[in-house]
Amino acid sequence: MQFSLLFYQSPSDFAARTDPKKREEFLGSFLPYMKALKDAGVVVAGAGLQPPETATTLRLRNGQRQVQDGPYADTKEQLGGFFVIEVPDLDTALEWGARFPGEWVEVRPNMPPIPEERAILS
Amino acid sequence: MSNPEAQTTEAHRAVEQAARNSYGRLLAFLSARSRDMAAAEDALAEAFRAALETWPRTGVPEKPEAWLLVTARRRLIDQFRHARVETEAVPNLLAATEEAQRLGDLDTAFPDERLKLLFICAHPAIDAAARTPLMLQTVLGLDAARIASAFLVKPTAMGQRLTRAKAKIRDAGIRFELPETKELPQRLDAVLEAIYAAYGSGWEDVAGSDPRRKGLAVEALELGKLLSQLMPAQAEVQGLLALMLHCEARRQARRTASGEYVPLLEQDVARWSKAMIEEAEQLLNEAAQAGNPGRFQLEAAIQSVHAQRARTGRVDWEAIALMYEGLVRLAPTVGALVGRAAAVSEAHGATAGWFQLQEIPGEAVKDYQPYWALAAHLLKRMQRLDEAAAAYSRAIGLCEDPSTREFLARQAPRAI
Repeated sequence: MQFSLLFYQSPSDFAARTDPKKREEFLGSFLPYMKALKDAGVVVAGAGLQPPETATTLRLRNGQRQVQDGPYADTKEQLGGFFVIEVPDLDTALEWGARFPGEWVEVRPNMPPIPEERAILS
Repeated sequence: MSNPEAQTTEAHRAVEQAARNSYGRLLAFLSARSRDMAAAEDALAEAFRAALETWPRTGVPEKPEAWLLVTARRRLIDQFRHARVETEAVPNLLAATEEAQRLGDLDTAFPDERLKLLFICAHPAIDAAARTPLMLQTVLGLDAARIASAFLVKPTAMGQRLTRAKAKIRDAGIRFELPETKELPQRLDAVLEAIYAAYGSGWEDVAGSDPRRKGLAVEALELGKLLSQLMPAQAEVQGLLALMLHCEARRQARRTASGEYVPLLEQDVARWSKAMIEEAEQLLNEAAQAGNPGRFQLEAAIQSVHAQRARTGRVDWEAIALMYEGLVRLAPTVGALVGRAAAVSEAHGATAGWFQLQEIPGEAVKDYQPYWALAAHLLKRMQRLDEAAAAYSRAIGLCEDPSTREFLARQAPRAI
């Protein structure tokens, strides 16, 4: 079963990316975490996202398109990165989520692809 | 009382106190007679609500527990009659009313049936994953969200797990009786396991930084003390309590003032709780009189050797290694195997410990953080620095606690 681990980060977490000392500290925890995930053979996909101010949001309605600067939702914590993992159950997914060196991790099951989607992907 | 505000405050305090001191006993009494824990919980919740409404007006009754019991029992009977359930519950409950009223009149407390409740919660027919949570909810009255956080489970999933377990108890007709003598050892093991699991969930959370994951260590100790009072003759019960007390005694020493993780061997013994260590030692001595060693007594004995460092300034690793040997024979869990390897490495050198660590099947320890932490430490001692760096990285990657993570990063032979 596939789950997405969505890592939400605060403005100071994002700011820490450009501070050499804090960056080194974070990587000292994050790279081993990434490696443990990989060694466990559970990673399907994943990416770190550039900070929210680099986001551009489109709204498509009634044939009109609106382009706005910034992320979809203006919340304090923003999506900073994610992993898609393949594990047997939610409990295992939560275990992996709990090992992330950060404060907020949303764990959500992915929809299994329906046969039509599988046909397209194959 | 003339001051209505003061009367309200006093009433609220009395309700809180009754909830804190008597929730489990009230629920055990009602569950044993209705054989329906969920219904008993609902009725008891309503009785507490009624107390919050009534007591500020009428004043706190002389016997608050008896008042709650009579009220809850009345709700239960109404509920059963309303549902027209054909059960023995109604006559049982009617008898319980008289019992409760009699107890209310007399100067005696109502019977403590929490032991039955503990054994029901750890019944083999109940899903093993539900046993500890069920105990925490019914005996101590913890809410499902708190329990869910401690066990890293979704709150709704924990709620369902608890509901299913209670339905199972009701529908499977599990008896609210203590197990028979021949069943007792096995059934008692399940009770002890469940309590220890609650303690472990609190122990892992070294940081205590997340209020939602506040450890359940205090609650587990409470259960351990309760069980020890109710079953004083069982050596393993005393062993478990001694084990938890030894660990708890070191709580203050496990972190520096700035919150950094301190490994056991570097802890300042002056920060250990003498009172708890003494209590643990006494329990362990009493348990040893029975001449019936078990897993928890052995684990407590290992901690007792560590505690002796406070007096002798050294750790008798030879003794600890021997005790782990016994523990591995009784219960060869991954934790015991890793513990034995650690003790052997201290007693006979890193290579000997490493050899034992290698014997553990790889599949069992793939994601087991303590294994990698020990492997990293031993590899470093053996000067196999590249492998050590890889093992440290693995241990850090599997770590849930920020301060332990930082500790490991400091130990690693070079930047990773």
